[in-house]
Amino acid sequence: MEIKILGTGCANCKTLEKGILIAVEDLKIDAKVEKVEDIIKIMGYGIMKTPGLVINEKVVLSGRVPSVSELKEIIAKHQ
Amino acid sequence: MNLNIIKSRHFQIVILLLPIWFLLYHNLLPFTDWLVFNVFGMTKGEHLTEALWFLIFEFPKVMLLLTLIIFFVGIIRTFFTPERTRKALEGKKTFTGNVMAAMLGIVTPFCSCSAIPLFLGFVEAGVPLGVTFSFLIAAPMINEVAIILLYGLFGLKVAVIYVVTGLTIAIFAGWIIGLLKLEKWVEPWVYETKVGQNGLDDSKISFETRIKMGFEAVKEIVGKVWIYVALGIAVGAGAHGYIPEDFMASLMGKSAWYSVPLSILIGIPLYSNAAGIVPIVSVLIEKGASLGTALAFMMSVIGLSLPEMVILRKVLKLPLIFTFIGVVGVGIMIVGFLFNFIF
Repeated sequence: MEIKILGTGCANCKTLEKGILIAVEDLKIDAKVEKVEDIIKIMGYGIMKTPGLVINEKVVLSGRVPSVSELKEIIAKHQ
Repeated sequence: MNLNIIKSRHFQIVILLLPIWFLLYHNLLPFTDWLVFNVFGMTKGEHLTEALWFLIFEFPKVMLLLTLIIFFVGIIRTFFTPERTRKALEGKKTFTGNVMAAMLGIVTPFCSCSAIPLFLGFVEAGVPLGVTFSFLIAAPMINEVAIILLYGLFGLKVAVIYVVTGLTIAIFAGWIIGLLKLEKWVEPWVYETKVGQNGLDDSKISFETRIKMGFEAVKEIVGKVWIYVALGIAVGAGAHGYIPEDFMASLMGKSAWYSVPLSILIGIPLYSNAAGIVPIVSVLIEKGASLGTALAFMMSVIGLSLPEMVILRKVLKLPLIFTFIGVVGVGIMIVGFLFNFIF
């Protein structure tokens, strides 16, 4: 699966990236995690609050940083 | 509403914590008196006693207020997403749009790091530039942290004055920027950017998730601002007992008319959130600064911040940024003079 973190480099975006990396490792799944920092690309996903989380090209979260356990649920749900 | 709410674990935690909160809040004053006068055996009226009492009482009080209000505001905010705000503002052209934008600016979650996607989203949806500015002025300046701290340290009247004047500035500054037709000073790529549809539906969030988001807001905001509150109140406590009462009178008092524009100019490069600046402002006022000057200083520090201008520079050309600072600065100045004149 393909996971993208949308954010222009604010603190919350980094926290989300860290959380995602931990979640992916814990779940032992094969996922490509990518950070999107280009604002034009971010806007292409139509979010107005960063950070955003995109799984397989679908926006699943915007504007908040959930706990690692919730991130695991979200990843599992969209696998 | 259904029974699932009562079964929700987060809801049960809230029901458990609320009485504890009220118990703590209402016993804080007697507890502080008891600790300072009985346990430490300090004498009333001495500088050190006053300073210590201020610190022991004010810090927990403000933190308790912050925690409670941010929690509820966090829940309320799950109903006011930027997407909905944008929808509400679409096609609103005249003055009404500015009024709505400024008021929505208070309740819509906003952080300066999201200013760009928000700006692009608004402009793309056809929200007029002036209306967008009303939102961008109100959102950072009038927020729950500022209101709680003003209420906690100055009382209801000052908190209400701050909100009303802040709204007025946001409405009129945005309206004027709209009248000036400055779209030519928006970076051209803004209008070329295609904003996609994300298909996220925020209206179907469960109540459990909303409560959870309330807790997340507390964790995030209180975790970030407590240190500023602590520092601000510590400075306040130090000044409380030791700096003479009229120390600021000659510098920031009513008689010094130039202090209003000067405070605003000093406030622009100074960047602090409300949590850090309000306790300092409370000291300034206590030591002889007038309300209008102190208010102007505070609004300038919170509302006109250099880091936000740097972020906005990506979408706005310099003349528009300077116009923005100028219009808002003049608005703040009028507020400052007005309150120095009235009070």
